[in-house]
Amino acid sequence: MSGRRLVVVGASLAGLRAVEAARKSGFDGSVVLIGAEPHLPYDRPPLSKAFLDGADLPAFRTEEVLRDELGVRLALGAPATALDTAARVVRAGEREFGYDALVIATGAAARTLPGTGGLTGVHTLRTRDDALAVRSALDDGARTVVVGAGFIGSEVASAARKRGLDVTIVEALPTPLVRAVGAAMGRACAALHARNGTTLRCGTGVAAVEGDGRVERVRLTDGTVLPADLVVAGIGAVPATGWLAGAGLPLDDGVVCDETLFTGVPGVYAAGDVARWHNPAFGRPMRLEHWTSAAEQGAVAARNALDPANAKPYSTVPYFWSDWYDSRIQFVGVPAAEEVRVVDGDPGGHRFVALYREGDRLAGALTLNGQPQIMKYRALIMRGASWADGLEFADRRRAALKTA
Amino acid sequence: MKIIVDRSACTGLGICESLAPNCFEVDDAGDLILLTETVSEEDLEGVRQAIEGCPTEALRLES
Repeated sequence: MSGRRLVVVGASLAGLRAVEAARKSGFDGSVVLIGAEPHLPYDRPPLSKAFLDGADLPAFRTEEVLRDELGVRLALGAPATALDTAARVVRAGEREFGYDALVIATGAAARTLPGTGGLTGVHTLRTRDDALAVRSALDDGARTVVVGAGFIGSEVASAARKRGLDVTIVEALPTPLVRAVGAAMGRACAALHARNGTTLRCGTGVAAVEGDGRVERVRLTDGTVLPADLVVAGIGAVPATGWLAGAGLPLDDGVVCDETLFTGVPGVYAAGDVARWHNPAFGRPMRLEHWTSAAEQGAVAARNALDPANAKPYSTVPYFWSDWYDSRIQFVGVPAAEEVRVVDGDPGGHRFVALYREGDRLAGALTLNGQPQIMKYRALIMRGASWADGLEFADRRRAALKTA
Repeated sequence: MKIIVDRSACTGLGICESLAPNCFEVDDAGDLILLTETVSEEDLEGVRQAIEGCPTEALRLES
């Protein structure tokens, strides 16, 4: 395989796992890793969790390991700007990288609040630099307004409350997290905010973020004015496909791939937040912004790109977690909610388990502080368990815990 | 092959349990317990996936 060239665009988790998997599979050609940020690959989940509380964030691998052990040529600090699939070349500014196999892992970019470009103190939370700025504002005791009651926004609010700071979350929709976990469970999760002293205002939008050079207040569409030193927008992310315009790849809210993460263009595969692939476990296209799928897809995409004749499908039961205050929210599967049933605990309380039904299939499970249970449901969903199987399992667990 | 858990890194997310349920389980206190220390041939692939799939890089195999 020597003499062949693998180029990986995107130096976050999926990109790192791609280069590692390439070497593990015995690939001995050249490997280039292109990253927009100047930093070595680092882990993103801690950015809105422990890092905001003051923890360190080491890079995944040292530069020596990447360069010497993995034989990776690092091209960091400038994003890829164009792809020519006919010439098989990736451009990053003035630089060009030819490839035989290409993995696109450019991730997603945080949506920004319109009209706030000139104001300091207004941030998104996607990169290490974002998180550092947010943490430093929290260190200064910022009065904090979070826009968007999704997972990132809720984690930022948790971090602010841990420091005893005043924090308000503004959510445009009447109920948070509807797309992620459904309306009823969205309400149940959102109840954690009030219990922990965070003000949550739903069903109201942001009319303006105002200040003289730096942010001073947030004006809401209902007329309320919230004083603020720090505004964090957690209003979702869009797949980073702008650089692929005109490349001839199928784009539709991400790079469209088949079940092997193949884009249909020779040599080109995609992985992570940017990939919309056909997930055989649920028989439908999905684009996930989850740690687990990014890690696994990075590895699968690289192996398949280097050996397309033996390409393997990537099938998964989606999984994500989020840490709010002293609680951990975990979800497995898909939130397709023909029915959501709480099978253990109390959605108004500290701990519960809810199951999601699609047809007669167990499609998903949500837990609040249910670490002992959540992965047992993931295993059931992986096996294609029926709704009845799921309910029966829940019954058995409840009974076992009662007698324990 | 033996499984080694770095207890200072593990936060009990439990991804390992879904990939290698014969070897890992998150107990009712939310802590990871090893159901076996020595990995059988049959569980090895699952354990390897669990090591790769651990977001806190808390697992490794030692021969």
